[in-house]
Amino acid sequence: MNRRALRKAKNSAFLVLSLIATMTGLACLAAILWTLLSHGLAGMSWRLFAEMTPPPGSRGGLLNALYGSGVMTLLGILIGSPIGVLAGTYLAEYGRNSRLSTVIRFINDVLLSAPSIIIGLFVYEIVVVRMGHFSAIAGALALAILAIPVTLRTTEDMLNLVPIGMKDSSAALGAYPWRTTLSVLYPAARSGIVTGLLLAIARISGETAPLLFTALNNQFWSTQLNAPMANLPVVIFQFALSPYKDWQDLAWAGALIITATILILSISARVILAMLQSERGSGR
Amino acid sequence: MAIIDPRHAAKQLIYERIFRSATLSAAILVLLILGGVAVSLLRGAWPAISHFGFSFVTREIWNPVTDEYGALAPIYGTVVTSAIAMLLAVPAGFGIALFLTELCPPLLKRPFGVAVELLAAVPSIIFGIWGLFVLAPVLQRHVQPWLIGHLGHVPYVGNLFKGPPFGIGVLTAGVVLAIMVLPFIAATMRDVFDTVPPMLKESGYGLGATTWEVMWNVVVPHSRVGIVGGIMLGLGRALGETMAVTFVIGNAHRISSSLLAPGTTISSAIANEFTEAVGDLYTSSLIALGLLLFLITFTVIAAAQAMLRRLESRGGFAA
Repeated sequence: MNRRALRKAKNSAFLVLSLIATMTGLACLAAILWTLLSHGLAGMSWRLFAEMTPPPGSRGGLLNALYGSGVMTLLGILIGSPIGVLAGTYLAEYGRNSRLSTVIRFINDVLLSAPSIIIGLFVYEIVVVRMGHFSAIAGALALAILAIPVTLRTTEDMLNLVPIGMKDSSAALGAYPWRTTLSVLYPAARSGIVTGLLLAIARISGETAPLLFTALNNQFWSTQLNAPMANLPVVIFQFALSPYKDWQDLAWAGALIITATILILSISARVILAMLQSERGSGR
Repeated sequence: MAIIDPRHAAKQLIYERIFRSATLSAAILVLLILGGVAVSLLRGAWPAISHFGFSFVTREIWNPVTDEYGALAPIYGTVVTSAIAMLLAVPAGFGIALFLTELCPPLLKRPFGVAVELLAAVPSIIFGIWGLFVLAPVLQRHVQPWLIGHLGHVPYVGNLFKGPPFGIGVLTAGVVLAIMVLPFIAATMRDVFDTVPPMLKESGYGLGATTWEVMWNVVVPHSRVGIVGGIMLGLGRALGETMAVTFVIGNAHRISSSLLAPGTTISSAIANEFTEAVGDLYTSSLIALGLLLFLITFTVIAAAQAMLRRLESRGGFAA
């Protein structure tokens, strides 16, 4: 009886500990969101979206940084996602069981978790050193390299979910694999692939380290791709560490904008995936 | 009825070849990127490697004025902050995974799981700014004085908690890292636990085992490889994390015995100094630091992937 009581007590103790761990994790998320909201909302105003980043001691906005982040993220996705989707197509359709595919899958998973600052150094070496100066296009390339593994992974997974019967039907009609892929598989896996793109955008739009020594930063409005360009993460980095109150307020506002964007993207990706699963679950 | 027009078939074959080679070259590009990273880092680091030789990784000195660089302090900082992070995040991650798989009411399973995953989506710079302005003052005021007061005089252990409570420093960086990698570890462990066949768990319960006993004696042994894989994936993140650490570590190129003192890590040294580095040897030394980080994280992540893959081939687990 005593032994049984001891076992039960041990059980309860560990279950309580696991509950505490979960609550701590949730509390961290809540604390971060709360800080962002309370500090960020205070700095929200129309100025953010209308004025450039200011010199210390004066008011201003984040327009050039928002623009730069938008341009570089967009370029990064435009360059990176086609490569990711095509490579994912190769793994799912052509080289499903080949040794090359096994190696590529492995390398891709390594790239997926590789430190982003390393990618920044790589692009610095191959682009910035060659060009002789920092540039927006270098930043976009660094982001593109980070987007590839995410899109590759989701594309392969989503193509593997397409019922084999659809592929066989297309082949039976005499279609070559390229035709089957473009006209049957891609449409069938469309929402899954779009999810991958959303996740990739979410991943790269908050990246700071790879932009530090590729795009650098720019205090002024610039649309030139071969010149340094302002971007939100690096502005947050510089402004948050500065001693000026105005700059710190702007950093918080920028942090709120970035986090809100990324959480909205991740949640929509999840909603699409959930819809996809329930669709498949209800018997097709 | 000419079903197959030979010209049409020839054209189809050409398209097929084009599409196939496009997908193949994209796939090979992934390999080239990793190879390119290794080669370009080695090339950029070469001046430093040839100048300092092996002593680069054994010396603590970091002096841009005399142009002397050693990587020991950043390596030490990287290892210690990651160790603190794992010490805190592994038990907590295990607890969260246990809660999500065994305890959580089914209705809350999804929202809680999503919340953990959202924590993983928050960009690292946000953890950095939060760590600097919120966590560091809290630690400085409430936690560090307690550590100094209660543990500072204990022999051996006491050395870790000496000196004034700065707020920022190695310990704070470790705590921020722990919060950052927690969702990765928890999510991977949860997925691994979900692969344990219900039959095994039910057998345990049928014998009268408690939830904890089933967890510790059935689920954990069965998913051991996956657990270690998940932990190492988290470790890979912690080792390479840049922005969150840069905000709170204090950026001092020295090794102090106290965890409360400022330090530096490989990634934060690069982030802080790279754009300001003047002179080829300085830049090259920072790239050599990057090369070191690449080698360390590559080994850890590759080992983690290999373990998770072993599990996958055994029982349908998607890493």
